[in-house]
Amino acid sequence: MSTVTEVSPGWLTALREAGKAGFTGLPTQRQEAWKYTGLNKLKALTFEPTRDGAQVPAALADIGAIAAAHRLVFVNGRYAADRSSIGKLPDGVVLGCLADILNTQPALLETRLGKAMDTAHKPMAALNTAWIADGLVLIVPRGVAVAGNIEVVFAATGEAPVAHPRLMVALGDMAEATLIERHLGGAGGGFANQVAEIALGNGAQFRHYVLHVEPSASMAVETVLATIGRDAAYKAFALNAGGGLVRREVEVQLAQPGGFAQVDGAYLVDGDRHTDTTVLIDHQADHCASRQTQKGVIDNDGRAVYQGKILVRPNAQKTDGYQLSQTLLLSPQAEIDVKPELEIHADDVKCSHGATVGRLDADALFFLRARGIPEAEARALLIQGFIGGALDEIDRDDVREAFGLAAANWLAGRSAPKGDVS
Amino acid sequence: MLKIENLRASVDGREILKGLSLEIPAGEVHAIMGPNGSGKSTLSYILSGREGYEITGGSVTYDGKDLLAMLPEERAAAGVFLAFQYPVEIPGVPNATFLRTAVNAVRRGRGEKDLDAIQFMRAVKDKSKKLGITDEMMKRAVNVGFSGGEKKRNEILQMAMLEPKLAILDETDSGLDIDALRVVAEGVNMLRAPTRSMLVITHYQRLLQYIVPDRVHVLAHGLIRRSGGPELAHELEQTGYAEFAEGQAA
Repeated sequence: MSTVTEVSPGWLTALREAGKAGFTGLPTQRQEAWKYTGLNKLKALTFEPTRDGAQVPAALADIGAIAAAHRLVFVNGRYAADRSSIGKLPDGVVLGCLADILNTQPALLETRLGKAMDTAHKPMAALNTAWIADGLVLIVPRGVAVAGNIEVVFAATGEAPVAHPRLMVALGDMAEATLIERHLGGAGGGFANQVAEIALGNGAQFRHYVLHVEPSASMAVETVLATIGRDAAYKAFALNAGGGLVRREVEVQLAQPGGFAQVDGAYLVDGDRHTDTTVLIDHQADHCASRQTQKGVIDNDGRAVYQGKILVRPNAQKTDGYQLSQTLLLSPQAEIDVKPELEIHADDVKCSHGATVGRLDADALFFLRARGIPEAEARALLIQGFIGGALDEIDRDDVREAFGLAAANWLAGRSAPKGDVS
Repeated sequence: MLKIENLRASVDGREILKGLSLEIPAGEVHAIMGPNGSGKSTLSYILSGREGYEITGGSVTYDGKDLLAMLPEERAAAGVFLAFQYPVEIPGVPNATFLRTAVNAVRRGRGEKDLDAIQFMRAVKDKSKKLGITDEMMKRAVNVGFSGGEKKRNEILQMAMLEPKLAILDETDSGLDIDALRVVAEGVNMLRAPTRSMLVITHYQRLLQYIVPDRVHVLAHGLIRRSGGPELAHELEQTGYAEFAEGQAA
């Protein structure tokens, strides 16, 4: 780990060393949080980030692209300044790449980086910390709303590059911002082990949208750690329409009264792809609310995992927690593992969860065919309808439209079904 | 237009239709009445091509073609339309998107060009207005949150847009109050034409006061037991289906 060439301040070296100590090896399926997802494919990797070969591709795929006021592009985890454009920002807002800010304004990061949450039982997050070098920084001062979308694009080049991108978002009291992550990957596959640490001040509003459209050779593990201030709101939606292995772990701490967390997502899984969404909503204070809606379509030999836990600590009276999982299986081999979990230590709370797994409705299919719509088209329409219902959770029209196009692209290009199930 | 000869069909090994014969000439409206469980819905599903029925004998000829050899979508393109007794809800698919997809699929099947969004909206506007189907209902997911009457009117709108040659109305009156029934019946009557045949399936005579048929058939225990003019419907209203109970007249 001594290959970092920049002169690093002592606190950063200490942070990296802590990460290094926290990574005690890849998680195994004996660990509850990793029960359904094995990382055997990663065993051959050294995890050392790729340093060269970061030639920026001539053109970035525009799938799922959205009108953005600010766009930051990372290739193999390193900032590509010539492909990025940061527009005019309100006074005091810091938006840029982590490597630059570590050089120019390290004091801004010293009190924030790695402070969002304990990563003791999160080996992949610790691994990211061990290699912390580049990524995105967004700091918005009290009372400032960043207008327009901030888009961060992750692309990869060369053969199996490894990257450990770090996203650090800190919104002051009553601040607002919208961040959209678009993961494009690259034809040569690779592994991205990302951490996003998010700290929201009182009354802050943060919207966080994530799109995965990598080729199947790509693997991604991401850990989102968010702490939510009093009456603040974190609203997230992730659409997974690519990547051979995508594991997304989200932990939200509702640390102050009146906080709100919405962690929604949709996964579209075909071929032999594997996706895992593991969510922990930690209700630590009273009068907080949380919403989780996860919907998936799984075809061929695809496999999806959704583990959603609502933890209500003794102080968290008047908690309002909700969780829903709906899955559409399109082939006999397709698999979903759903594990909803409620752990409640307070006595005045409202929590509910539900899960459904089904196949295409035979009555609906016949109805469409009886109206003249050929079978393949009728199936596509029903799947599209299901996905449309999932994307309805996105409360921003431009994002819903862009993600809708990415979903339509998946639907048009998914591998031919191996089994005929209705 | 439609000729059913000696049709025998089973579900899960149980014979439902036991040699049914029926002929509907072009432009005529025929009604099939009968007690519950007589095979009325089975007949409508077999004519429209639903899976799950085993045809064990007989034939169905439509427009000179073997109807039973065709896929449901081919039948629709050839002009067969089934108005469902229980219209299906399709979450996530807007009514307008569904209807335009259906119209264009049928047009393609008939060798015609697709309607673009503007042409479609123009074509649907008058028809939906006459049936009291609002723009809001066109934007909502197919039949999701629709009342019983709205669902049935939506079926008739589909029929008006697809312009079938043979329309089968399966218990379209079920669950409708008299006002809703009137709107639906008016919609159906507007579509009566010399080139369009209709098969109206119902348990009650009430619907036939509004859609007056050329012929009425009584289906019981898998066979047409009696046929007559519109007056047969009135007679059944008085006597009920008692005389067609199992083991009676055949």
